[in-house]
Amino acid sequence: MDLNFTPEEQAFRAEVQQFLEDKLPAALAAKVKAGQRLSREDQSEWHALLNERGWYANHWPEAHGGPGWTPVQKFIFDNECALAGGPRIVPFGVNMLGPVLIKYGNEAQKNHWLPRILSGEDWWCQGYSEPGAGSDLASVKTTAVRCVDAQGDHYIVNGQKTWTTQGQHANMIFCLVRTDRDVRPQAGISFLLVDMNTPGVEMRPIRTLDGDREVNEVFFTDVRVPAENLVGEENKGWTYAKYLLTYERTGIAGVGFSVAALEKLKAVASRVQRNGLPLDQDPQFAARMAKVEIDLENMKTTNLRVIAAVAGGGVPGAESSMLKIRGTEIRQEILSLIRRAVGPYALPFIEEAQYSDYAGEAVGPKEAATAAANYFNYRKLSIFGGSNEIQKNIISKMILGL
Amino acid sequence: MNFEPTDDRRMLADTLNRFVSEQYGFETRNAIAYGDVGMAPALWSQFAELGAIGALFSEADGGFGGEGFDIAVVFEALGRGLVVEPFLGALLVGRALAAVGTDAQKARIAELIDGSTIGALAHDEPGSHYELNRVSTRAERSAGGWTLSGAKAVVVQGDHANLLLVSARTSGAVDSEDGISLFLVPGDAAGVSRRGMGRMDGGRVAEITLDNVQLGADALLGAEGQGLATLERTVGTGVLALCAEALGAMEVAKRDTLEYLQTRKQFGVAIGSFQALQHRMADLLLEIEQSRSAVINAAAALDGDRLTRERALSAAKATIGRIGALVAEESIQMHGGIGMTWELPLSHYAKRLVMIDHELGDEDHHLARFIALGRESAQ
Repeated sequence: MDLNFTPEEQAFRAEVQQFLEDKLPAALAAKVKAGQRLSREDQSEWHALLNERGWYANHWPEAHGGPGWTPVQKFIFDNECALAGGPRIVPFGVNMLGPVLIKYGNEAQKNHWLPRILSGEDWWCQGYSEPGAGSDLASVKTTAVRCVDAQGDHYIVNGQKTWTTQGQHANMIFCLVRTDRDVRPQAGISFLLVDMNTPGVEMRPIRTLDGDREVNEVFFTDVRVPAENLVGEENKGWTYAKYLLTYERTGIAGVGFSVAALEKLKAVASRVQRNGLPLDQDPQFAARMAKVEIDLENMKTTNLRVIAAVAGGGVPGAESSMLKIRGTEIRQEILSLIRRAVGPYALPFIEEAQYSDYAGEAVGPKEAATAAANYFNYRKLSIFGGSNEIQKNIISKMILGL
Repeated sequence: MNFEPTDDRRMLADTLNRFVSEQYGFETRNAIAYGDVGMAPALWSQFAELGAIGALFSEADGGFGGEGFDIAVVFEALGRGLVVEPFLGALLVGRALAAVGTDAQKARIAELIDGSTIGALAHDEPGSHYELNRVSTRAERSAGGWTLSGAKAVVVQGDHANLLLVSARTSGAVDSEDGISLFLVPGDAAGVSRRGMGRMDGGRVAEITLDNVQLGADALLGAEGQGLATLERTVGTGVLALCAEALGAMEVAKRDTLEYLQTRKQFGVAIGSFQALQHRMADLLLEIEQSRSAVINAAAALDGDRLTRERALSAAKATIGRIGALVAEESIQMHGGIGMTWELPLSHYAKRLVMIDHELGDEDHHLARFIALGRESAQ
């Protein structure tokens, strides 16, 4: 038993910390720490800085330009970035599609798409969910019909995707489409890459409850997609989708984000007054904070135990479901406490104050402007990536054998 | 970073688990636990011969372990078997002797390790509620030694212990942090009266009255008036032990409940096919893994600086308090009616899990302590 990082891992952590100190723009970190909305430019800037250092595609094998990190190094990197206020890497291209192409794509696809992910030339979004296919993802109905005509070999795509995060920034979308209706649902799905600028693709923003517009609906009407954009084999898309969903989920607990959020919570609670005393002296509030802090301390070790098992050659299977459930519950609880901490100042909603260029006067504690909006926005954590209830189904089946 | 136990600890756990399953089966255990003595001297000696007590102490103190993870390994195995033998008393008294004892006092650790002496911590009082600093039992200097008077509450295995570690006030107000002294008191000393009784979860406790108990000067353990720090260190090892014991009991409760979900049929199918139960079971699994992490954190911190150590210990005990009761309640509920019966081992695991929250500080006590220690470290 040894809970400490090795000297090499500690040196690596110092290297990451130094990089963040040198390269992470202060203005960007300030936005992240304040919970303000990030623009496409903010995120591209961060991706480019990471790519310059060779750390952007840190889940990729070395042969394709990854840094060859161990699971522990990836954990350290994620953790340090979160603590420093580094934005979350937008995962769709680099962390989701990339590994699928590397494992299942043909040489031409790898050579074409992977460098464009690294350079930021393509911005990918994810075409998985549909209005009738949420947790029951295998019931996707968007169709792709193969046809060869004067214009060549292609698919005609019709249907609708939804919850397309940051689709407004994207020029490409990877989709699960139905290519066979006469087999069981999982056996008739294919994995297709679609250029968003193709005629017949239409996108509409969905305004979320916090007033943000980060998700979209995407409509496909007789969209022609070159057959060469099929990844792997036709009707094997479910296998690739599952691979993508289980790929490298040891970071899914978001421990670094929770630690950073807890620091923010403690800072607010030490300044806000209640009964003439700082809120963190209030027995009830102090108990709420302590409970989530203890849960987080336990979670850190649970996460490291899973990582150690993976580093020892294990596969992060259903254990990542435990990390997802409890990790997201902890993050949501901390955000809920930040909302409670600002008291009545959670009520005002100034949309402009969700952005860093807001020049108006602050209302209440400085954390108050985004406290409620962040709380509502992050209710998504327990819904996306397989809702926490789906994760419990996975645990029941894969670990408990029920 | 490495979460694998050492080979030595793995072997010790295997040995203990095998001994418990062969010699300390459910029927045997219940006969001991709910009997008049609350322990089995013959089996206790065998545990000692296996090294289960020696593992709790360092080589310098005559044992062969003594680190946090040694304590955790032993007590997790004991928890799996619901062992009621007086390990906790041996740990508490022995670690206090090791921490501040004179050479002559330390010599008694050997008696604890070979099982010939049964130790018990007599600290809680009728007017206390897990606080370490609240002591109203008095110790006065007398010719050639000390005179103790007061009442000690719910002393685990107190009616058969022959070496009591008694906290008593030699100065200061009832809740003053200074002025607490520790004394070694023979269980059969004149003036010690013990009212023994069985426990809800098996084993024995005693209400102890000290009426002008005359002790020699060598009964004082550690410096006069400076007992609180020793008490805290000592109780800390006990907190870790109880957390690990609870973890072992949780693992068995989980195993038994899971097996029941897979075999019990209602409406023509295994009840484990119902999602309402699957999700509750998944929650338990997750919580038990969090408990294991809490025990690991506490064991790793046991030899660290005071605030880190005590915060990790209180975090663990608060975690175990909450989750232990949850595992107990959920396991009973998922078993349904049979979970309510004395004949089912699970019900005794459930009782032990809940009762552990009543020893050495419960969830609320340790949550409040975690908060207070956090303020201390922030200063």
